[in-house]
Amino acid sequence: MSKGIAITGMGIISAIGNNVAENYSALIEGRKGISRISKIDTVHRDAIMVGEIESSNEALIQQLDLPATNNYCRTALLGAIAAKQAIADAQISDINQYRTGLVSSTSVGGMDMTETYYYDYLENTNTQKYIEGHHAGDSTQKIAQQLGIHQSLVTTISTACSSAANAIMLGARLIKSGKLDRVVVGGTDCLSKFTINGFKTLMILSDTYSTPFDENRKGLNLGEAAAFLVLESDAVVKAENKKVLAYVKGYGNANDAYHQTASSENGDGATLAMEKALKVAGLKPSDIDYINAHGTATGNNDLSEGRAIINVFGDAIPDFSSTKAYTGHTLAAAGAIEAVYSVLALQHNVIFPNLNFKTQMKEFAITPQTTLKEKELQTVLSNSLGFGGNCSTVLFSKNA
Amino acid sequence: MSELREELKEKIIEQLNLEDVAVADIADDDSLFGDGLGLDSIDALELIVMLDKDYGIKLSDPKEGRKIFESIGVMADYIAEHRTK
Amino acid sequence: MKKVYINSIGSISAQKTFENASFLETIADYNDTVLPAIDPVYKDYIPPAAARRMAKGIKMGVVASKIALAEANLENVDAVITGTGMGCVVDSEKFVSAIIDNNEEYLTPTSFIQSTHNTVGGQIALGLGCNGYNFTYVHASISFESALLDAKMQLETEEAENILVGGVDELGAHTVKIHRLINHIKPEAVTSKTVLNSKTSGAVFSEGANFFVLSNLRAAQTYAELLDVKMFNTLEIRTLSKAVLTFLQVNGLFISDVDLIILGNNGDVAYDTYYHELTDKVFAETPQATYKQLSGEFHTASSFGLWMASKIMKSQSVPEAAQLNTIQTSEVNTILLYNQYRGENHSLTLLRHVEV
Repeated sequence: MSKGIAITGMGIISAIGNNVAENYSALIEGRKGISRISKIDTVHRDAIMVGEIESSNEALIQQLDLPATNNYCRTALLGAIAAKQAIADAQISDINQYRTGLVSSTSVGGMDMTETYYYDYLENTNTQKYIEGHHAGDSTQKIAQQLGIHQSLVTTISTACSSAANAIMLGARLIKSGKLDRVVVGGTDCLSKFTINGFKTLMILSDTYSTPFDENRKGLNLGEAAAFLVLESDAVVKAENKKVLAYVKGYGNANDAYHQTASSENGDGATLAMEKALKVAGLKPSDIDYINAHGTATGNNDLSEGRAIINVFGDAIPDFSSTKAYTGHTLAAAGAIEAVYSVLALQHNVIFPNLNFKTQMKEFAITPQTTLKEKELQTVLSNSLGFGGNCSTVLFSKNA
Repeated sequence: MSELREELKEKIIEQLNLEDVAVADIADDDSLFGDGLGLDSIDALELIVMLDKDYGIKLSDPKEGRKIFESIGVMADYIAEHRTK
Repeated sequence: MKKVYINSIGSISAQKTFENASFLETIADYNDTVLPAIDPVYKDYIPPAAARRMAKGIKMGVVASKIALAEANLENVDAVITGTGMGCVVDSEKFVSAIIDNNEEYLTPTSFIQSTHNTVGGQIALGLGCNGYNFTYVHASISFESALLDAKMQLETEEAENILVGGVDELGAHTVKIHRLINHIKPEAVTSKTVLNSKTSGAVFSEGANFFVLSNLRAAQTYAELLDVKMFNTLEIRTLSKAVLTFLQVNGLFISDVDLIILGNNGDVAYDTYYHELTDKVFAETPQATYKQLSGEFHTASSFGLWMASKIMKSQSVPEAAQLNTIQTSEVNTILLYNQYRGENHSLTLLRHVEV
């Protein structure tokens, strides 16, 4: 059984709040952040609903006090805001006092600017500054700069919708191996025409509020968000007398190797990921008190994930819910958003409701928790499943 | 009708990039998915867009596609009956 | 902790590198600003039904991984870890332009699906039926080194025995066009032989895929031991030498222990100064080699550098076309690789010779 890695700070910006406290109140009050899209001019405006962050790019630029010449895409702006909150929350004043790295994740990267200026670049020198910001690593470089991380390990993971869970996994591994003392981990993705139209072509966007694990689910709501967590070694925690919010207790990544976009009918990949995470943590399925499910509300995901949960937990299914009906599916960021929610669940001993659920799915008998439930929690399991068969599970625990 | 069938075969080969398949290789009643031509769910989505773009037929549920795309024959009959362009 | 070995290689690049029996005996000489990779016969490796949706980057990645697997005599691996700086740009360009050109109508899903950054890693797993760990790193010029480090940690702790690790990037027409506008690509054609002495800014762009089986089990065909890999998001020229010396020191080595330094010079006058800082000063007396005059520049070009280093280690010879100075070495026991792109995302990789 391996020891958990301490989480000492968190930051988040999502459709339900601009910081951890706002997200928490929305979660316990059952307040979702889903609406018609306002910041992107799309022909699908009336056909979809999204989890959009209220602040405009201009407002975010102002908040970060960036010069007018900056070339931040929205992904970088959101990421920088959330990561800075995490550092402040961990009460870090000198970031380079310990060997500190950054592992971010994104699927969209600078696509918002690319799709806006795609042809404009060819004739307008004013917008060409965004060309360099297209690749996924650029937003991470900017976040590192905002945090003052220099001459260190800064990298980016992109494994579709499991990206941020994988960033947490790598961060924990880097500390365990002694490569770094502290790693800021998380993910960021903004809404874009690219993803809206992409998921539209897959015919998995709901035209109304998404309903995870419901028999009549119609698909997902896309969302935008960023969240980061600070992971620190035991040595740092001890030396600095740090308050630990929770521990990354276990993790597992597996590949479904079934289909490019769809999950296998029986959730083989997700089953393997959960089993691996339990093994790394040295825990039994019965040690899990709450599952924050991936639960995107697509026909395929919820069936496959539900079956995977049954594969692992058998007759003793822990309370589970998907929080995507609050935030929308925030793609690469989802694993980090839900990591923050899992830690909040542990801190406050509450299970957040799976909103919008009405009808039991026919294929199995498991039912999500639909109301706020107070319960003493020790360990929370969070799933993140993505394209390319990418399945990830991270376990968060009160105890190391 | 046979013209529409030939047209569909050509379009499917081109649209789905079936380099090693010729029009003559596809019989009207060959199943397009599974053991027949071996198309998959991504191809089904491609064909749904083709129905919309070329024949003005809109499907909202990908499951409907499965029946319509059973074979070239079934597909041609459906298009002939429902086309708006 | 277990040692980590490079047990096999597979390369597709602007040189004819896809046959492991040869090693740059014939050099493809270019006089251009953009170099497409030399294609193997993809059909020999990928069935047409599987290949029909694949852009070149995916094909290159899948085939390079198959070459590496075959050489390692493996049918499967415990994990697949991929690095790609730009991801599947051809499909991304296709989908973005379709959105704009058709005003969001009549779009089909294929290019969107294929544009996802982890498509190559996912396709490799799908082809192998590999249920193991599958990560994709997308951090510019350290995308590949991130994958190397991840694999190394897992092999050292015996979480895995064999891991397929690779770097892949493809050229996209629009991406090339806009990178010309911001002078990331050289303004005029340059020859392979003169590019590193070029007096202009920008690089010669290219593409390629280089895959490796890394293992904690030494095999008959082992190329080298992967001693260490380290990355830096930023480094100033004045602290570069110190960072390199510290890296060597941590591995119990001095400058004099380095038998060959392999550098990522790309002929960009604005940024090759980093390499000159090493080659003109602390490593002035060390045999030096470069590879981007052969492979061109792309975010995962350093995976071609590791391919070349592996080949040099095994053959104990440095191809003439790769030699930067005239200092020769009788034995290549230790190779140090250093790469950066446009002054950011620096990496140091250390290889040691293995007796087999």
